[in-house]
Amino acid sequence: MIPAPFEYVRPSSVAEAVSAIGAAGEDGKILAGGQSLIPVLRLRLAYPTTLVDLGRVAEMQGVRDDGDAIVIGAMTTHHDVMHDPLVAEHAPLIAQATGTIADPQVRHRGTFGGALSHADPAGDLGAVALALGCEFVASGPGGERRIAASEFFHDYLTTALAPDEVLTQVRVPKLGAGWSSHYEKFNRVAQAWSIVGVAALVRRDNGSIAEARIGLTNMGSTPVRAAAVESALAGADVGSVAAAAEHAADGTNPPSDLSGQADYRQHLARVLTKRAVLAAVGS
Amino acid sequence: MTKINVKVDGVSYADEVEPRTLLVHYLREQLGKVGTVVGCDTSNCGACTVDLDGRSVKSCTVLAVQADGGEVTTIEGLAGPDGELDPVQQAFHENHALQCGFCTPGMIMAVRDLLRENPNPSEDEIREGIEGNLCRCTGYQNIVRAAQAAAGVKS
Repeated sequence: MIPAPFEYVRPSSVAEAVSAIGAAGEDGKILAGGQSLIPVLRLRLAYPTTLVDLGRVAEMQGVRDDGDAIVIGAMTTHHDVMHDPLVAEHAPLIAQATGTIADPQVRHRGTFGGALSHADPAGDLGAVALALGCEFVASGPGGERRIAASEFFHDYLTTALAPDEVLTQVRVPKLGAGWSSHYEKFNRVAQAWSIVGVAALVRRDNGSIAEARIGLTNMGSTPVRAAAVESALAGADVGSVAAAAEHAADGTNPPSDLSGQADYRQHLARVLTKRAVLAAVGS
Repeated sequence: MTKINVKVDGVSYADEVEPRTLLVHYLREQLGKVGTVVGCDTSNCGACTVDLDGRSVKSCTVLAVQADGGEVTTIEGLAGPDGELDPVQQAFHENHALQCGFCTPGMIMAVRDLLRENPNPSEDEIREGIEGNLCRCTGYQNIVRAAQAAAGVKS
């Protein structure tokens, strides 16, 4: 299949990108790594009149240290995120979850910011960003603004980004000592989209769990936090992880589709949350 | 039409393409590099895998305009000037790592990429490394053996 015709614009800075997106209007579309967009274009599920390719915006690539946070450029590829020393040191959860996305070829092209902006509920990075408390930095005609991860995901494939805004970078707070993490997912072998995924961050203190943050993938139209599990784990010992994980599906409204019915996903959420938390604490 | 400059299998090309042209269609239809095949057309099968600037990509999921200024290596660019096979090609040949052969160009490109990143992969790492490539004949056993043999040659 061949995509429908479109105009192609290739800005080389964020400022040029913002003006190109504004000029393209409501039928314009941003091209990041293209690993979700190009298949959609090829199937003619979308007919943008203009594609704004961010592939040459150098300032949106790479990872840097910014004191109490690391900053991941939105156009950093999954492959580069997985192998970045700052990510490995301060946010190994991101590297681990990124390694479960798709396959090597797709990770060579697909980008951190592109996947988050696409906001597919079966994508793995949203739950990770939510658990880590990331901040999304967007540029638009009015300048730059920061959006908390908890405010970023609005609905299926829908984010807080305005049509004339571009996600430029994601700020990942450094968690400091005592935290450990694990990403656990369940997927069909031939396709890496999560049926359900669980991002667990745990802070140990004197052998018990002082604090836990749990993000769930594909348990609703957006990534969600498993608040009831987080409360049950606060101050708990490792022996009570299984009981706490029983709350993983509380208040969730997961989809039913070819990969599983809603009640099956709720079962998976409980099982995978137990596994993720136990793996995070090293048991 | 948009002008692009690309180096493919060591030869520089300057061409006009429509922005919607997929890299795989540019390679096959404009350059005649039909060794790279279109398998699934859904970004799943990896049959169209080529190297773009030293990394494996699915050429059905890259626009030709995105390769502007870049360097592409296809399956047709691997053999030496006297027809001497690349070590991975040789290993596929010796281990009979194909049945119908349709996935083979992409499999070879994926295995080369894997061995660049990890010169001594375990069997599990090989299977993970080629997870973006599907063999509809299910001939994975010999493909994995070929990858192991090629790793032995290279290490």
